Amino acid sequence: MNYETVIGLEVHLQLSTNTKAFCGCSTKFGQPPNSQTCPVCLGFPGSLPVLNEEAFNYAIKVALALNCKIQDLIKFDRKNYYYPDLPKNFQISQYDMPLSYDGFVDISSGAKRKRIRIKRVHLEEDAGKLMHPAGENYSLVDYNRGGMPLLEIVTEPDLSSPEEAYDYLTKLKSILGYLKVSDCDMEKGSLRCDANISVRPRGETKLGTKVELKNMNSFKGVKLGLEYESKRQVAAIGDNEKLVQETRLWDVEKNITVSMRSKEEAQDYRYFPEPDLVPFVVDKITIEKVRKDLPELPEAKTDRFVKEFGLSEYDANVLTSDVDFAGYFETCARSYKNAKTIANWLMGDIMAQMNTRNAGIKELGLTADGLVALLKMIDSQAISGKMAKEVLLEAIETKKDPAIVVKEKGLSQISDSSKIEEVVSVVISREAKTVADYKNGKKAAITFLIGQIMKETRGKANPGLVNEILKKKLGE
Amino acid sequence: MSKTIDKTTVKHVAHLSRLELNDKELETYSGQLAAILSYIDKLNEIDTKDVAPTSHAIASLKNVFRKDVLKPSIGAKESLKNAPATEGDFFKVPQIIEGK
Repeated sequence: MNYETVIGLEVHLQLSTNTKAFCGCSTKFGQPPNSQTCPVCLGFPGSLPVLNEEAFNYAIKVALALNCKIQDLIKFDRKNYYYPDLPKNFQISQYDMPLSYDGFVDISSGAKRKRIRIKRVHLEEDAGKLMHPAGENYSLVDYNRGGMPLLEIVTEPDLSSPEEAYDYLTKLKSILGYLKVSDCDMEKGSLRCDANISVRPRGETKLGTKVELKNMNSFKGVKLGLEYESKRQVAAIGDNEKLVQETRLWDVEKNITVSMRSKEEAQDYRYFPEPDLVPFVVDKITIEKVRKDLPELPEAKTDRFVKEFGLSEYDANVLTSDVDFAGYFETCARSYKNAKTIANWLMGDIMAQMNTRNAGIKELGLTADGLVALLKMIDSQAISGKMAKEVLLEAIETKKDPAIVVKEKGLSQISDSSKIEEVVSVVISREAKTVADYKNGKKAAITFLIGQIMKETRGKANPGLVNEILKKKLGE
Repeated sequence: MSKTIDKTTVKHVAHLSRLELNDKELETYSGQLAAILSYIDKLNEIDTKDVAPTSHAIASLKNVFRKDVLKPSIGAKESLKNAPATEGDFFKVPQIIEGK
């Protein structure tokens, strides 16, 4: 039977405010355990939370960028559960009146475009971090992360393949990057993703038994986990096994999902209004102002790049996928006319370096001016395209300016025809036999001669000129 | 209107609050909880047709924020002072591993 996969994603995003959601403790990453705690985020009796205005503004910004409606009356609720990562035994979250709802993100999966509906974006607080020392019968808790502002971004079950889930996450991260509300670093846990996945016979309208998938630490992990899970579910149905609604963890080592075997009783969070936080109302004028002040988002930038720089839609899409990358391109394009050349270098050698080094364009250390200088050196034939690639690599490796690398390595190309003519004459007289072969019709012999000339000039002769001058001399 | 709360419900609620109750206690609390809920039910007798719903006592108070400005934390030593068990600068709790 032919099955289709139904996926919904839940993304948790740590907002990069200076302080936590409800107290003035720092949100700085990697600090000594429990050094960033206070009576509020530790839930000491008598302490009162007060909402961080910046966190709220960031949340509104994200909600509007994801085309959501803002709730008329925004209310916080207590989500009750006992787990040592919550010092209060409840999490301040939002239940029936979330900050925003009914949005969408447009994705392009291959050539296909699709609208993924956003069910809700709400604000809550993060939990603390648990550590489990190996071989011990206890756990350790660090509450530095507890109380950090967290956005929960939930899609409708609109994703119909692991690839679409991947494309959605990529697009979402791109938009969030433009908004500058989070560092979106999955390794640091500032962006986390859980998935709900079920399968059903194609054409069936009722949803199948859903599995909640957790513990995927990268977008690739999400894709792999969903691929595995969708196959597992289809196979189980084929074997007449009954699927159970459960939470499964992605095991990145073994590339499988494993059941968490949590208790079968339904979660009972007993939500009720957080009495310590009053409701919030954002008036229409403020909403429109925030909307108007949103930065140019990836889609709009793609369109502009196509119009303004004559790039293909594909190129524009790649360049605008990351806000810094797009900015870098524009800086280059201001001082260098040929936008397509810049795009080719950025999407080719430079992106390859970013991938190998797992670095963003900023961390690569190559300035936009440096790249433009390099491109201009190719245009003026001061260096060849091949040399330029080597220079680029060296510049990135040593964090030196490309122009300095060219100078230090004595790489400047010889484009002075009189100098090349000298060398060509020397080689022709030295390699008389090969020259004779060439003149007798063995045309391939010219490759050897060019090689000799390049060797004499230590590869610095302008290849075009060498070719031209050699042929002229041989034709005499 | 009087409510009845069966022992299964009391057991469930007790578990959610991580309370261990013996049979006698279950009996006692099912009676007490029923009485409390019946008392609260009296609120339903009030006509609230013309009262706007609210989740908070002070209906007029809205949008209470603080600025995103750092305040000194109390530090690990002070935070851990009353903890029943610690190790280094960590709170120490019975082993919790999801899925095990």
